[in-house]
Amino acid sequence: MNWQKVLHSSIGKKLVMALTGLFLIVFLLVHCYVNANVLFSNGAENFNRAAHFMGTNILVRIMEVGLFAGLLLHILQGYRLELKNRAARKSKYAVKAGGATSTWYSRSMALLGTLILLFLIIHLKQFWVPSRFGGLSEITYGNQPYHDLYSQMKEVFSQPWVVVLYVLGCFSLSWHLLHGFQSAFQTLGWSHSAYKGLIRSVGVGFSVIVPLIFALMPVFLYFGWEIPSGGLTLLF
Amino acid sequence: MQHSTMNLTLKVWRQRNSKASGGFETYPVPGISTEMSFLEMFDVLNERLIAEGRDPIAFDHDCREGICGMCSMVINGRPHGPWKGTTVCQLHMREYKNGDTITVEPWRANAFPVVRDLMVDRSAFDRIIQAGGYISVNTGNAVDGNAIPIEKDHADSAFAAAACIGCGACVAACKNSSAMLFLSAKVSHLTLLPQGQPEKRQRVVEMIDQMDKEGFGSCTNTYACEAECPKEISVTNIARLNREFLSAALGSGD
Ligand code: SF4
Ligand code: FES
Repeated sequence: MNWQKVLHSSIGKKLVMALTGLFLIVFLLVHCYVNANVLFSNGAENFNRAAHFMGTNILVRIMEVGLFAGLLLHILQGYRLELKNRAARKSKYAVKAGGATSTWYSRSMALLGTLILLFLIIHLKQFWVPSRFGGLSEITYGNQPYHDLYSQMKEVFSQPWVVVLYVLGCFSLSWHLLHGFQSAFQTLGWSHSAYKGLIRSVGVGFSVIVPLIFALMPVFLYFGWEIPSGGLTLLF
Repeated sequence: MQHSTMNLTLKVWRQRNSKASGGFETYPVPGISTEMSFLEMFDVLNERLIAEGRDPIAFDHDCREGICGMCSMVINGRPHGPWKGTTVCQLHMREYKNGDTITVEPWRANAFPVVRDLMVDRSAFDRIIQAGGYISVNTGNAVDGNAIPIEKDHADSAFAAAACIGCGACVAACKNSSAMLFLSAKVSHLTLLPQGQPEKRQRVVEMIDQMDKEGFGSCTNTYACEAECPKEISVTNIARLNREFLSAALGSGD
């Protein structure tokens, strides 16, 4: 069997969803770790330095291209599967089993994904576009000029509606991950009584903790809260 | 439990054939015993419809003891009704109360066209089995099956998977009309046993190919199938199927 045929089979299509999904999960982890700097009292400089590294390092930039490609593939394939799956039942049930047999979020991956996509468009416009195409003020640390992405965050998160939008975006992400994390492993065939429970627990932990840390960022910046860093630096 | 009778209202899907567009009809069904099975209630109703010169409701059934997989009704949104690990024929009327209204629909999936009323055509499953759900045996003297050593936990898993009765409730329950639980049960059943080894790779590839041709949806791991399966086939089988398919498709000799 050649790989094109595999990718066109129903399992192959899901394989694409699983692999791109896991790749995006790794990205979330890195993104969350770097940005968590802003929660701390020494956040401004550490975060700006980290963002500078992420924006200039050649390897990271190459990964960024891969990230957009993976994201696009995940979105397009996701919609294709959703349409195909919906079309597989032309005559609909009058009464639905609903929550009796499956969780609402496992049945709503396309909807949750769409909400995340809408959030992403706004999010990229607010941060990614100005940091790549100009529009950020500059700040100097030790005679070196840096983009002041932190100030941009401060400014964007001074609007209450943005804070609410970001928190809602994190809820969508959390539910999407709650199903997606373990689903990716199931699709890859990595399910065994020996480690099935572990995958589920790690999945639930990831799906709650990572979106929670993300949600704390706009909230902290809006209220001006910070965790005393005690001189400790998360990164760089 | 005290035996009693009750009066119910049934909303049943009626459809003349696969081409016709169907619709619900409402029937009062008085005097139903709590001891009856769900199908016996339909027998009572059908006898009355025949006596009145009306068209009886077509539904599938055969063994009425939960082993043939013919009975197929979606009852208030649940394939095979609300009981866990139970077929419609094993569902009893003590589940219901006097005055209840029960909605009964056929399995709904493009791959299972309605033949009439609550009867659907499940030959798509037969074609999937024909594509690879078998083992080849040489002619000559029959080999004593018991002489082949099999690891105990493989034998147990194969046996659990072999409990699938091909009823199609997994497809009916799935929001994507996916047949993956059925397929995974059949593939696991054969792949776990020594007799299933020679055709292992070809089997899974051919069966998936046939499944895709039949117009079933893609599995999104909601696990509604496992919740509704009357034989409680586990979704771990689906993970095994995915594993078998990927290794057969990407790792085979050609
Ligand atoms: S897996 Fe379960 S629900 Fe599906 S056909 Fe087999 S017995 Fe029926
Ligand atoms: S009639 Fe045979 S399983 Fe229900």
